[in-house]
Amino acid sequence: MAKGWFNKILPSFVRRDSSNEKKSPVPQGLWQSCPNCKEIIYGPDLEFNLFVCPNCDHHIRIGARHRLSYLFDEDSYEEISSKLEAKDWLSFKDSKKYKDRLSEAQSNIDEKEAMISAFGKINGKEVVVSAFEFRFMGGSMGSVVGQKFIDAANKAIEMKCPFICFSTSGGARMQESLFSLFQMARTSAVLNTLKENKLPYISVLTDPIFGGVAASLAMLGDINIAEPKAQVGFAGPRVIEDTVRVKLPEGFQRSEFLLNHGMIDMIVHRSELKDKLSGLISKLHK
Amino acid sequence: MAYTYLEFEKPISDLENKIEKLRGSGDIGKDIESEISKLSSQIEKLTKEVYSNLSIWQKVQVARHPHRPHFSDYIENIFSDFDELHGDRVFGEDKAIIGGLARFKKRPVVLVGQEKGKSTEDKISRNFGMAQPEGYRKTARLMKMAEDFELPLISFIDTPGAYPGIESEERGMSEAIAKNLSLLSNLKTPVIVIITGEGGSGGALAIGIGDHVCMLEHSIYAVASPEACASIVWRDGSKAKDAAEAMKVDASNLQNLGLVDEVIEEPLGGAHRDSRGVSNSISQVIEKKLHNFDEVDISDLLKKRYEKIMSYGSI
Repeated sequence: MAKGWFNKILPSFVRRDSSNEKKSPVPQGLWQSCPNCKEIIYGPDLEFNLFVCPNCDHHIRIGARHRLSYLFDEDSYEEISSKLEAKDWLSFKDSKKYKDRLSEAQSNIDEKEAMISAFGKINGKEVVVSAFEFRFMGGSMGSVVGQKFIDAANKAIEMKCPFICFSTSGGARMQESLFSLFQMARTSAVLNTLKENKLPYISVLTDPIFGGVAASLAMLGDINIAEPKAQVGFAGPRVIEDTVRVKLPEGFQRSEFLLNHGMIDMIVHRSELKDKLSGLISKLHK
Repeated sequence: MAYTYLEFEKPISDLENKIEKLRGSGDIGKDIESEISKLSSQIEKLTKEVYSNLSIWQKVQVARHPHRPHFSDYIENIFSDFDELHGDRVFGEDKAIIGGLARFKKRPVVLVGQEKGKSTEDKISRNFGMAQPEGYRKTARLMKMAEDFELPLISFIDTPGAYPGIESEERGMSEAIAKNLSLLSNLKTPVIVIITGEGGSGGALAIGIGDHVCMLEHSIYAVASPEACASIVWRDGSKAKDAAEAMKVDASNLQNLGLVDEVIEEPLGGAHRDSRGVSNSISQVIEKKLHNFDEVDISDLLKKRYEKIMSYGSI
C-alpha cells in the first residue's frame, strides 16, 4: 500500500502509529491518505477542505467536535448535558465488561459519550445541534445518547429555536439491550413535542447510519439531508447478503440510492452544508 | 402433529412415554391404573420443577417453541367476529403482520400483530413473522383507524425482527419503523401491547409502544436477537446463549428493570401446553386494562404514556 512506503521515508516524529490510526477515523498527523482514492494529502490542506478529499471529493468521516466547530459561528457554542455518563443497567459483560469498554472509549477520544449536544448560532440564527461521535463505541445509542438528544430537543423548545441532528451510528447499543431499544421510542416521542411547538427538526445523515438510529431519529426529520455517498440503512449490508444470498447492487444504501427511493430531500456537499441549513431553517422558522 | 420436546423437557417426555407404553400394553387393572396415576403426578411435579427454574436460554427456547400459540390462535381464542383488513394502500400486503377489526366481549377493537405461520407453506408466505416496510405501514394505517374511530388498539408481538432484505431497504424500512414509533407515542386511543413470543428489535418496537406493555412469562424481548448480538459483540454467532443472558431478555428481569409493566403467568409447562389457558389469562389482562383506561381522560392517558416513554433509561 502506498501509505506504507511513504511512512517509511518520513522522519519518525511525523510518522503515524498505525494502531492508533485504526481507532480514529479522524485524520491525525501531517499526511493523510484518502480512504477512498488513497491519494496522499497534506493534513492542513485536508482540514481546510473540511476533510473532503480534494482529489476524489470523498467525504471523510469526522468527529462530533469538528462538526460543531464547522457549524457554529465563530466556533462558539454552549454544551448541553455534557457531564452525562452511561449507566451499566444490566451489568453487561462479553469478552470485556461494558464498564471497561466505556472507560476505554472515554480515554481513547476524550469524550464522555457518543453524542455532543450544543446550543449556539449559525449564520446569526439560534439553533440547538446534536452530533453523534462515531469513534465512541461506533456511535451506538444507549441511554445517554437518548438523554442528550432529548435534552437538546427540550432546549430547542425552551429557546424556541430549530433543532438539527448529525447522525452517524452503528445503531442501538447492544450492552444496554432493551434500554437502548427504548431510546428509539424516547427520541421519536420528543420529536412530536418539538413539532407541537412548530419548531423544525432537520436530520443530517452522515456516513454511516444503521439499525435503531436509522429507524428512529435519523429518518424523522422535517427535512432529511445526506452528505454525498453516506451509507444509511436499517440492516447492515453483511446481514442482508447473508439473508438473501445475492450480491448487493453498486451504490446500495448510499445517499444517491436513498434520494432515488424517496427517503431523503437532498444531498448536500459538506462545504455547502452550513449555508444550506441556515437557509432552510430561515424558511421554516420565523 | 407429533409433539416436539425441548432438550430440557426430556425427563418429562420419558415419563410420558412410560405412560403411553403402559396404556398401549393392553393390560388393564388396578395396578396399571395406579401406576399411571403415580406417573402422572410425578410428571406434574417434574414439570413444575423444570418450568419454575428455567434458565434465560431455556426461556429463549420456550419463546420459540414450534407449538407456542401464535397471534392467529389468540385472535380465535380471545376475540370474536374478526374482520381482517389488508394492505398498506401504498405498495402491498404483508402477511407477516395480521391486522383488523374484532370484538373483545362485544366491544369493537383494532388488532395488529406478527404471525410466524404454522405449516411450512404458511411460514414461507408469512416470512416467518419478519415484516417488510408495507407490514409496518399497514399497522400505521390501522393505528390511525383506531384513533379516528376511538377504538382501543391491541398489539401482539412475536417476531425475530424486521426483514433484512434489499427490497426492505428500497422501500424504506427505517422510515416505516420510525414513523410508527412517532405515531404510537401519541396515538389518541388506549394501546395495549402483549409480547407473546419473541420481541426482536425495532421490528417489535414498531408495534410495541403503549399504555400497558406486558410480556408472557416465557417470552423474550431485546435490542437484537441473541444470535445477532453474539455476532456483533462477541463476533461469534454461536455465543447466543451468553448474549441472551447478558441482555437479560426474559420477562421477569425486564419487569424488575422497569421496562415492562406486567408479566402474564403461563399455564404449567408453558403456553404451548395450554393455548386456551394462556388465552384466558391474556383476556383477563385486556379486560382489566380496558376497564381502567375507560375511566381515564384521553389527554391524561397521553400524558402518562409520554412520561412512561421518557422514563425508559432516563439519566
